[in-house]
Amino acid sequence: MTTHTEASTAVAGGTPRATAMPPPWRLPLLTIAAALLAAFMWPDQLGLISRVASTALLVLSLDLLVGYAGIATLGQSALFGAGAYGAGLFAQHVSGDPLIGLVVAAVAGAALAAASGAFLLRFEGFTLLMLTIALAQILLSLASTFRGITGGDDGLSDFTIRPILGLWEFDLEGRVGAIYAVAVLAVGLYLARRVANSPFGLSIRGIHESRARMAALGTPVRKRLIAIYAMSGALAGVSGAVTAQINGIVGLDSLGFALSAESLVMLVLGGAGNLSGAVVGASVFTLLHHTAASIDPYHWLFVIGVALMAVVLFPPAALAQQIWARLRAQRKASS
Amino acid sequence: MTLVLNILVDGVAYGMVLFVMAVGLSITLGLMKFINLSHGAFAMAGGYAVSVLAGTHGWNFWVALVVAVIATGAFGALLETLVLRHLYRRPELQQVLFTIGLTFFLVATANAIFGPQVRNIPLPSILSGSLDLGFRTLPTQRAFVLLAGLAAAGLLTWTVARTRFGIWIRASVDHADAASGLGIPIRLVQCLSFGAGAALAGLGGVLGAELMPLEPYYPLKYLVLMLVVVAVGGMGSIPGSLCAALVLGIVDTASKYLVSEWGSLLFFVAMGLLLAWRPRGILNR
Repeated sequence: MTTHTEASTAVAGGTPRATAMPPPWRLPLLTIAAALLAAFMWPDQLGLISRVASTALLVLSLDLLVGYAGIATLGQSALFGAGAYGAGLFAQHVSGDPLIGLVVAAVAGAALAAASGAFLLRFEGFTLLMLTIALAQILLSLASTFRGITGGDDGLSDFTIRPILGLWEFDLEGRVGAIYAVAVLAVGLYLARRVANSPFGLSIRGIHESRARMAALGTPVRKRLIAIYAMSGALAGVSGAVTAQINGIVGLDSLGFALSAESLVMLVLGGAGNLSGAVVGASVFTLLHHTAASIDPYHWLFVIGVALMAVVLFPPAALAQQIWARLRAQRKASS
Repeated sequence: MTLVLNILVDGVAYGMVLFVMAVGLSITLGLMKFINLSHGAFAMAGGYAVSVLAGTHGWNFWVALVVAVIATGAFGALLETLVLRHLYRRPELQQVLFTIGLTFFLVATANAIFGPQVRNIPLPSILSGSLDLGFRTLPTQRAFVLLAGLAAAGLLTWTVARTRFGIWIRASVDHADAASGLGIPIRLVQCLSFGAGAALAGLGGVLGAELMPLEPYYPLKYLVLMLVVVAVGGMGSIPGSLCAALVLGIVDTASKYLVSEWGSLLFFVAMGLLLAWRPRGILNR
């Protein structure tokens, strides 16, 4: 029973086990290696690789909130959309430089997160969940009302992105886009790991485990939560910007409820609270989606529905643990 | 003046539909602390059942309605007994994931059985006429929605306030373990209230079919709407859900009449304000 509950909290984004801290460069390097391998094996699927990478960045931003800080949210698309529209509008009106666009999107996401977080983070649990949904829906309604600025249902598409650093132009094949997305993801993973391993990150984990205890120790709980929310907003904004720059269009669906729900699903599929789960979950989900949805969108719903129910009833971490224990027992028996 | 009355009549009718659909979800949340995101599927099941029985097989509408509501309730109770009750003690996130997965599964199943197109529910002649109220004509279907909503609210309140079963429910909401220790058959209470909530959602699916057309994506489309009603009303509170549903229904109808280009902006702003004002429910200080 104990092994079961331990494993299930690990899957559900419960307390991350704070034992050995992996070095911050390991996960980015592994991710780059996996992306290179994928690019060599399927050279005609570069677009898919860049989609996986930008989605992984969004899920990573969610992991900082759900997995580390224990803030349940279904409104991550608001931050993603702020970055996407921020980058798109910046490219349309000011400058098409992609890297400055990333900075603008990060600031947009962080500013929205900090401003909304000051209000949202007063609440917890189900109320917080509903308020985050409301925020995203309000932004969605605003974006579709002010169609003069955002393009409404047609999407924001009349912007051009200049070559990266003036050297590499985004090509139709998607090679530069894929490298760009993976590189930004690697930087994001590195920064997120640095944050998670820092004393600040540890205090966030502490707040997740017991707010009352951390407050008693003198930690400014609300300020720390707003800070991690703003960091998550910056990452989500960058993810939106990468998506906007590579696709050349920002649609209303970048603020939609489906995106928030799907990114949460990806996080749980991969495992919350250890950052690597974000990459694994985003890859598995996006590949499944790509394969199943190419047959029939309802087919996809069937697959993901069954997968979700199975993940909850038979958590992968618990299964892995059981298999591991059985293997060890066998080895012991044979030796 | 006429505009205000129009908004009130349509808003209250819409609110009644929201209440009937969402109250079961509120009970499940309050009683079992179970977040059931697949609740919309019960509304869809009720709608499809009437559409098949009355439309395809040509049953009498009222017979079909009663059979559909009972069948939806039984479906809910069965689902609860077989699967969902094992998730009551799991963390919230797992409940959310499982039930959203179940919703996806049921959406795909509904598409496989009924096809992707919108199904309509054939109304009997008495419901397709209209009543003259003096300042406007009220479709009898709307009047039926109002009456059915009032009846459901009254019946629920009476059950909870006056009957032995209501006492059991209130005791279980307050403290499930203590209630169980006092000999209240808590499993029966949970299963029956889940089934009743599902049956009501099925009724809501039929009542609201005019406003919320019946199609496979139905449970996902109107999920947020139901959650909003439950959150604003406060978990487990029947009068709270009614109050929240009416307020939100009127706000949404008013914004459709007056500033239709703003979409659902006002609805969610109203929800945010109400939640910020009373986070534990509109009637709970």
